[in-house]
Amino acid sequence: MGRLNCDLCGIQIDNPIIPASGTFGYGSEFAALYDINILGTFSFKGTTKEPRFGNETPRIAECAGGMLNSVGLQNPGVEKVITEELPKLKEVFHKKVMANVSGFSEEEYVYTAKRLDQEEMVGWIELNISCPNVHGGGMSFGTKAADAASVTAAVKKEIQKPLIVKLSPNVTDITEIAKAVADAGADGISLINTLMGMRFDLKTGKPILANVTGGLSGPAIFPVALRMVYQVANAVKVPVIGMGGISSAEDVLEMRMAGARAVEIGAANLTDPFICKTIIEQLPEVMDKYGVKQWQEM
Amino acid sequence: MKDVIFTIQENTRIAPSTYRMVLEGDTAEIQRPGQFVNIRLDGFFLRRPISVCDCEGTLLTIIYKTVGKGTAAMAEMESGFKLSLLTGLGNGYDTQASGDTPLLVGGGAGVPPMYLLAKKLREEGKQVTVILGFNAKEEIFFEEEFRSLGCEVIVTTVDGSYGVKGFVTDGFPEAYSYVYTCGPEPMLKAVYQKAKDGQFSFEERMGCGFGACMGCSCRTITGYKRICKDGPILRKGEILWED
Repeated sequence: MGRLNCDLCGIQIDNPIIPASGTFGYGSEFAALYDINILGTFSFKGTTKEPRFGNETPRIAECAGGMLNSVGLQNPGVEKVITEELPKLKEVFHKKVMANVSGFSEEEYVYTAKRLDQEEMVGWIELNISCPNVHGGGMSFGTKAADAASVTAAVKKEIQKPLIVKLSPNVTDITEIAKAVADAGADGISLINTLMGMRFDLKTGKPILANVTGGLSGPAIFPVALRMVYQVANAVKVPVIGMGGISSAEDVLEMRMAGARAVEIGAANLTDPFICKTIIEQLPEVMDKYGVKQWQEM
Repeated sequence: MKDVIFTIQENTRIAPSTYRMVLEGDTAEIQRPGQFVNIRLDGFFLRRPISVCDCEGTLLTIIYKTVGKGTAAMAEMESGFKLSLLTGLGNGYDTQASGDTPLLVGGGAGVPPMYLLAKKLREEGKQVTVILGFNAKEEIFFEEEFRSLGCEVIVTTVDGSYGVKGFVTDGFPEAYSYVYTCGPEPMLKAVYQKAKDGQFSFEERMGCGFGACMGCSCRTITGYKRICKDGPILRKGEILWED
């Protein structure tokens, strides 16, 4: 067993590095750059029952230490993901992929999760109950413990594969939501999704994003992510995937110290498309430096 | 796409708020006019997408306007400074469609990509006419450079201080085989109304610049496209104006 191996809800992955949903598409853009089989796995673009264009543009705004996005879950819909994206991915990726699922009602979440659960390539379902950029769905499930528990239980009942629930940081008490989804049957928890923010255009006096608000990601949110991962890892027994602003092997190790079993890397992929490869290469050396022999201690 | 370290050879102001930067490095991925590079700047999270103006051997020329803090920082950079560029981004113009007498229309910051395109078309033996649109005389750049390529050059200025008074569409010649254009959206719309067929370069705020984040999507006749990866060049027949 390699020193970077880890057990993610019963599935062994070669290392804890996982590109986060929404920053890695369905893999093909990155597969053209490097062998994506070096990754632990990756979480594909948030997928819904129906195809979605998403929000109007501008969808991107910059800020100190990060960016805002309001893409709004643009995706081709679950049928096209299954008939077009996964067969394409299968040619270049020979590991289990994490299927990120979003929706606007409990029924939609269940439908999409169930369809993807039947796909051989899919290893985990990551339930996105935390997208800040869509109205009447997404995050509204992730900000109330009862709703979060309800959608988690409804999906869990209908799928065979491990269920990871991705939480929103835009809540008063993250541990309340984390405990609720763990009690409802989540096999793992990933956090944090983006923090709600906005920016104005000084010249027009209007918000830069067409959607007015967007989700903040990038190094600016790393300390917030560490704090929340730490709180959740101490509140639940299921494995926690830490994410939010990670951009180096040192950050990955810090996330491990906060209690993360594995990590997802998001915005950093957009500014340095080779960042996950670099981190995987550098992680053993950084572990040596800080006296960490094995990523996951038994 | 490639991530390449380039070294600045030259960084000169050529018009108000307008700079030409010449960089040296591996340009192998830059294969078509109309493509862009995405430049990493210290202290800024997102890269800055800038169109390729010229590419010859290991030398890459870009022309940029100082429109914000990032480009203002670029204007301060000196020769010898190193920059990380993602190169070979975007689909670029297809010169096959040009016919014998193509018309190139560039407005303001949309002028630079017309240069490499004109160069390629001239190499292919085409008779090239270029319309360069600016607001006023002092903003004009590259008129001579286009003439040196052997292009017929028409300059328009909105205030009439030089060349034809008015917009680029006021400078259109009677006959031409095809249109290539880059410029602000109102200009693209005006050219769209006038041109029979052509290729149009679009702009949008981008996250990654290589198709991963869906930050710059647009609707077209042929479906959703990412400006950065499926564009920035769209053919006339696929453009869907939204307003």
